Amino acid sequence: MTDAAANKGQAGQWPRWLRLPPVLGVVCVLIALWYVAVVPMNVKEVLTAAERAGAEISPPSAMERRDMGNWALVLRNPGALGESWSYDRPKLPAPHQVLVELYESTIDEELNGRRGLVRSGTLSNRSLIYHAGVTLNATLLGFVIGTLLGVTLAVGIVHSRVMDMSVMPWAIVSQTIPIVALAPMIIVVLYSIGVQGLIPKAVISAYLSFFPVVVGMVKGLRAPDGMQMDLMRTYNAPTSAVLWKLRLPSSIPYLFASLKIAIAASLVGAIVGELPVQKGGLGARMLAGSYYGQTAQIWAALLMAAALAALLVWATGWIERRMLRRMGMRT
Amino acid sequence: MTLVWFAIGLWILGWGANVALANGPARDTAAVRLAVPLIFGATLLGMWELIVRGLEVPSVILPPPSQIAGSFAANLGLLWGDFVQTILKGAVSGYVMGCGAAFVTALLVDRSDYLRRGLLPLGNFMAALPIVGTAPILVMWFGFGWQSKAAVVVLMVFFPMLVNTVAGLSDTSAMQRDQMRTYAATWGQTLTKLRLPAALPFIFNGLKISTTLALIGAIVAEFFGSPTLGLGFRISTSIGQLDLGMVWSAILVAALSGTAFYGLIALLERRMTFWHASVRGGR
Repeated sequence: MTDAAANKGQAGQWPRWLRLPPVLGVVCVLIALWYVAVVPMNVKEVLTAAERAGAEISPPSAMERRDMGNWALVLRNPGALGESWSYDRPKLPAPHQVLVELYESTIDEELNGRRGLVRSGTLSNRSLIYHAGVTLNATLLGFVIGTLLGVTLAVGIVHSRVMDMSVMPWAIVSQTIPIVALAPMIIVVLYSIGVQGLIPKAVISAYLSFFPVVVGMVKGLRAPDGMQMDLMRTYNAPTSAVLWKLRLPSSIPYLFASLKIAIAASLVGAIVGELPVQKGGLGARMLAGSYYGQTAQIWAALLMAAALAALLVWATGWIERRMLRRMGMRT
Repeated sequence: MTLVWFAIGLWILGWGANVALANGPARDTAAVRLAVPLIFGATLLGMWELIVRGLEVPSVILPPPSQIAGSFAANLGLLWGDFVQTILKGAVSGYVMGCGAAFVTALLVDRSDYLRRGLLPLGNFMAALPIVGTAPILVMWFGFGWQSKAAVVVLMVFFPMLVNTVAGLSDTSAMQRDQMRTYAATWGQTLTKLRLPAALPFIFNGLKISTTLALIGAIVAEFFGSPTLGLGFRISTSIGQLDLGMVWSAILVAALSGTAFYGLIALLERRMTFWHASVRGGR
């Protein structure tokens, strides 16, 4: 949905090397803003720490400072803010603190940690790589289930008028329901009938990812124009042959456009599904971080999730380009 | 066990009625278009009730619809409080702020080609990210009240809305823009008379995607901390008490408000983009 809109808006005529500088420029500005924002966000904690260390703070009592605006405190105590970017338990960690946390909980943990890959031969359950793997498993399983379900439904909808009329409206309504509300219940109910681990999370992922596939595939399976359908009819082709030789091949571009949306949705589903069960995964890391006030840990998990999403969408796009090229369509 | 046979009979009856209606002489009338999905939904509900009772599924796994309806009717006051807290205070206020901010940003971005080329790919990327993950951070910053939920919603709806609006604003043909130039129209005139109306289908697409995202954001944020009311709070505590009738009632409230919210925006879209091909072409 957003994808199709975005492709139109993107300046397609720009060569690839010219597209990068503006993006980098905007990213640099955002990171700079982040560094600036760290100062007022953490100013109260930092000033309290500086006071304990013996520095002069301008409203001397913490009570007075609590009621003051953050920017006013920054302006009155410009000398005591040195700790802002290295404070231990910040409300907003600075970018480099997040990167350090990311490094320590991935590469450092695996190479030097007691339970890391090098010492124990298996991935450490304290490292983000392990947790990302847990999330990735649920995401991919849910994505596969959702895609199969979506394609099957779409084939049914295209071939049966009854299914089109009765199922399609409910498929649309099902997407206006905030499905994550169901997530904790799905997990508890499946747990109580003895299913746990990967499946409950995958069910949520599948639910979130099936809809874009249904919509895209219905559109794709109906994409062949009247001339092509007439040709199949002159061949006296059975419905199955029309499906295999005409409808499915012509739906591939639509399928991949939806798959890119579906895989991102599927990742969201897996992360939300991990919130109620603290059994590993990026969602569990975020919740644990929020319980213990470890903001850097939340941000690191968030960055890892972002990287995972980017990787998944990119991989889908790569397969799309390969496949379309082999099928002789323009890439 | 007989109830299960009844359920199968009901399925055959309902599906048969739909087949007859969908292939019958009145197949393209509005009444049939409405009746077929309604019959399908009612059949499923009836089968749910019959199968749950027939197989004696414990109500801590799946309560029958009648029990959910009873629980819903008995707790109307409580659920209304949750609705106000989550939907009206959290989701709708965040939705208005987020979509408004994205719209203004899109207008600013649109004036500079550099910004557009820098922000659009980034916005696309952000729109694909699991932004719900920022919920714990925002709950930590803004407290347990509705403000933190609104903040999550703002972040979630901002990027899809931004991307759609920017794409919509550039969806005019060179011929149309040239004509505005021959009229010596100013930037503001071109915007209000040509580009905003042309962008409306895209803007509404963003608004519609955002309705669902807004509810998801508000409910998920409540899992990370909330006052003692709200739909997310209700769901997570009722699950702890294995009061599944209550859980399903809260889900029903979320579903109804989600559908109503989406329907409202879709209705507004039909009123405002009456000239567009997708609206004019019937249905």
